[in-house]
Amino acid sequence: MPFSLLKYGLRARHVAFRDIPLTPELKRSYDVVIIGGGGHGLAAAYYLSNVHGIRNIAVLEKGYLAGGNTARNTTTIRSNYMTEESIRFYKEGVEIFETMSQDLGFNVMFSQRGQLTLAHSEATLRSFHLRAEMGKHMGTRIEVVDVQTVKELCPHLNLDLGGQHEVMGGLWHADGGTARHDAVAWGYAKHASERGVQIHQRTEVTGFERAGDRVTHIKTNRGTIAAGQVLQAVGGLNGQVAAMAGIQLPIRCFPLQAMVTQPLKPFLHILVSSANLHTYLVQSSRGEVVIGGGSDPYQLASTRSTLDQKEHLAEGALHLFPFLHKVKLLRQWAGITDMTPDYSPIMGASPLQNYWLDCGWGTWGFKATPVAGKRMAETIATGRVPDVLKPFDLRRFDSFALLNEMGATAASH
Amino acid sequence: MKLLTCPVNGPRNITEFQYLGPVRAASAEQPEQLIEALFYAENPLGVMREWWRHTPSNTVFIAERHTVSDQIAATYLPNRKPA
Repeated sequence: MPFSLLKYGLRARHVAFRDIPLTPELKRSYDVVIIGGGGHGLAAAYYLSNVHGIRNIAVLEKGYLAGGNTARNTTTIRSNYMTEESIRFYKEGVEIFETMSQDLGFNVMFSQRGQLTLAHSEATLRSFHLRAEMGKHMGTRIEVVDVQTVKELCPHLNLDLGGQHEVMGGLWHADGGTARHDAVAWGYAKHASERGVQIHQRTEVTGFERAGDRVTHIKTNRGTIAAGQVLQAVGGLNGQVAAMAGIQLPIRCFPLQAMVTQPLKPFLHILVSSANLHTYLVQSSRGEVVIGGGSDPYQLASTRSTLDQKEHLAEGALHLFPFLHKVKLLRQWAGITDMTPDYSPIMGASPLQNYWLDCGWGTWGFKATPVAGKRMAETIATGRVPDVLKPFDLRRFDSFALLNEMGATAASH
Repeated sequence: MKLLTCPVNGPRNITEFQYLGPVRAASAEQPEQLIEALFYAENPLGVMREWWRHTPSNTVFIAERHTVSDQIAATYLPNRKPA
């Protein structure tokens, strides 16, 4: 890489190149059609084309590339979950992030700075002990820490000693980190399109043609295409797209709101989260403080922010870091989260033979972008659901085999 | 400040209300509908009927609200839907 870069730099004429090609004409037929051009869909396209040798792939994106929840999440990467099944899956995801920039030759700015979740009560501390022991058992770096260690990890934090939200300890997850969400999607899109994957932006799926228990054709606003296998990964619209294919999903939509402040000098070197205050903060590499965690209290499929939630987030942030009180907000937004009853995703088979689901990602989808893409690609390429995905099957609701991760989900619900 | 009209107390700040979820078609008391009633809640893009509670007066009522525009079309007490 350094040598080729040097050669490129010394060359007399520089040829401009695009990482991601313009949207081509739709072909009549594809081996695999991926609905949803966000991180998950693009990661699946990358693994299908680069690892499994399937190149006749179309990625259909209703808007622009990675412009939905891939652009709206708050970029937390972690594996500090409660159940064995979840930790195994998310741990694999964190490990892919650790080498992603080298693997893709694309700087995703992964910063493994660790995540600290604060406990404001004995009850929270008890649940942290359970999560820490589960995490250690599964081989992740996680431990319960006392107030003194919290102070060392985050010297500017208001411990509120003797107050209503007194910090009594924390869950320190050294594997936690952040990455640049756009770059993750773009890196996957670049390498997928180099192998012939066609990315169709502004291409909205309007319906399906079925023959028995198979989807044969996908109708879009730009024409109808034939599809061998179909993967659905459309974030907030998962319920609606699945319904078009005749599949009911146990999903309810709530907006999740976030915002960033003006850039400040680096002061927050870790990710801080408080479940009691329904707030989490991380300082981006630009210095902006990203504040997230507030879900609207009722079902809504709108990406408008509300003053109530923004005030609530600001209140939580000010409680943890009172000196932020004069800092201005630069941007604020909301994303539509597709919440499942047990706060775990739905991955794997659907009631249709050639239609695969990667949905129900609620408020916790970004961290799983690489591992969901990798494992869904494996599923589609081999026709078999790998063991690590089996617990996330849609049919778990029929047999009450839920994977409860409500307590390990940072955002408020 | 978003307003919600309580059928008893009139328009009030929406922070005075508790959301109790969609009016369900499936009943958990019918064994064959149990799974649907527990896990498969209504989630339309459009007008949805849903339960709300005005917490200070403990008034439980139904609202018809659009889940994309967030506009509230009507609120009424159960079984007293206006014509």
